[in-house]
Amino acid sequence: MSSLLRWIDDRFPLTKVWKEHIAEYYAPKNFNFLYYFGAILTVMLVIQIVTGIILTMHYKPDVALAFASIEYIMRDVPAGWFVRYLHSVGASMIFIALYIHMFRGLMYGSHRSPRELIWLLGMLLYVAMMAEAFFGYLLPWGNMSYWGAQVIVSLFGAIPFVGEGLAEWIRGDYVISDATLNRFFAFHVILLPLLLALLVYLHIVALHKVGSNNPDGVEIKKQKDADGKPLDGVPFHPYYTVKDTFGVGMFLTVYLAIVFFLPEFGGWFLEKDNFNPADILQTPPDIVPLWYLTPYYSILRAVTFEWLPGGAKLWGVIAMGAAIMIFFFLPWLDRSRVRSIRYRGWMYKTMLTLFAVTFVMLGYLGTKNPGHVDLIWFKNVTWAQIGLVIYFAFFLLMPIYTRLDRTYAEPDRLTK
Amino acid sequence: MTEETGNSRRRRFLTAITSVLGLAGMGTLAASFVASMRPSARARAAGAPVEVDISRLREGQMLAVAWRGKPVWVIRRSEQMLNDLGTLRQVLADPDSEIAQQPAYAQNKFRSIRPDILVILGVCTHLGCAPTKNFERGAASGLSENWRGGFFCPCHGSKFDLAGRVYKNVPAPTNLEVPPHSFLSDSRILIGIGDVEGAV
Repeated sequence: MSSLLRWIDDRFPLTKVWKEHIAEYYAPKNFNFLYYFGAILTVMLVIQIVTGIILTMHYKPDVALAFASIEYIMRDVPAGWFVRYLHSVGASMIFIALYIHMFRGLMYGSHRSPRELIWLLGMLLYVAMMAEAFFGYLLPWGNMSYWGAQVIVSLFGAIPFVGEGLAEWIRGDYVISDATLNRFFAFHVILLPLLLALLVYLHIVALHKVGSNNPDGVEIKKQKDADGKPLDGVPFHPYYTVKDTFGVGMFLTVYLAIVFFLPEFGGWFLEKDNFNPADILQTPPDIVPLWYLTPYYSILRAVTFEWLPGGAKLWGVIAMGAAIMIFFFLPWLDRSRVRSIRYRGWMYKTMLTLFAVTFVMLGYLGTKNPGHVDLIWFKNVTWAQIGLVIYFAFFLLMPIYTRLDRTYAEPDRLTK
Repeated sequence: MTEETGNSRRRRFLTAITSVLGLAGMGTLAASFVASMRPSARARAAGAPVEVDISRLREGQMLAVAWRGKPVWVIRRSEQMLNDLGTLRQVLADPDSEIAQQPAYAQNKFRSIRPDILVILGVCTHLGCAPTKNFERGAASGLSENWRGGFFCPCHGSKFDLAGRVYKNVPAPTNLEVPPHSFLSDSRILIGIGDVEGAV
């Protein structure tokens, strides 16, 4: 066995990689449960790829056959229903984990120097994941698939001069059609999975270069023992491999409970209108994307100010794009002296709480009719406009309030 | 630095032309890949005109047909519906159809060739949803006291009147589009072509 290992090590740095990235990769000893989600996301991505490969064996990307092929998978393929629900519920579970993972970054300052590239790669992953989900959502060729794609692709039509041509180029036709379905299938099963795998690799390479942040936001590399090992670090294996296995197990329990007992999750994970085949003459009563995209959809719909030059539609699209893009600037907007929320003052804590509440509110409003009153006092669209202001204020005022905010002294060593 | 010899000059020239040709080749390749995603010849040919028989369409009724994969609505408007159109000027964004969302022959107060027959694309000018019809007047419509019948887009709340004209302060920027069409006879419409030989 050891001679085989030596033979490999002479030709490929197997032992070296194992030591550097697993057995002797020192991670802070104070990770709490929020640090499970990186491992959870990795496992979920693998599950999506494996179930996706199986679904591809039975699915037909053709407008005449697609809807029926999903029903075929659900009824006739052995364990087909299970694989399909693992995949459809898995998409939502990935976004749950993703939002918690991102929120953890905001709490503990994981976006701060020297981890800006980890944050940027993570944001690229987030955008690629949204694209992957969007392309995948057209494939069942349900009525919501069709109209959701119709709305999102026509967003590109709002771009002055080139918009209509661009939308046509994306669809490959004048409307969402067979050509569109086929290329979305190609994007969903080839282009974006390759991109996601590459980005995950780069995200982890960047992480292992600088080391993990932690709930205290203190660099463990500053305090080392005589051997040069961080005093507050523990080797990733076995400490975190075992701990993450537990966390992943808990997450999988919830995931499987949903798959078995509530796979549609009351219309949140699989929309009711998608149980009808696509009908070009009949729009569903409310076109809404799945829940993980609705905060941005809310922002798109919140811009109704006709007096804006170029019209409300164009600015709605710009606001929606800006709402996603502004996350990329976070490492440079945050000017606080400390990283972790534990040592920040009331201003950041208030703004972050307000932002989180707003994000959830926008997400909820994105699933509702803008003209109705589903919260209190105002119409949904008015609440969405208030939400839009808070959303952008959180980012744009950040250089001011993070500098003004009173901070507490960071400890030299990790606390707990 | 070493002195420039004939060899290094030659090497620099070769590097330059290799780079230029390589980039040109990659550009051509990329252009073909991009072009391959444009609508195919088959998709472009599929936009044939559609003939609609309106002999059984009664007053206040609407029928929908698909043309180029989009819903086209044909509505026979009643006398009252036509009279109502003139009363809505205040609440409409473009009551005179100044933005070219219709062929010249439909740029009139009814946005149609024949006053009673309206032909429009059932595609919301906001983001391409299909608005739903609501031909009730007043409170019975469930929309407002002043509603005079028209279309309501469930996606983002845009409203249009019975000539497909858009209301003010809704997300949709322009009136619904009137596709090119012509009357082959009193009861037959051709959708897709505006000037047919022998059209009425």
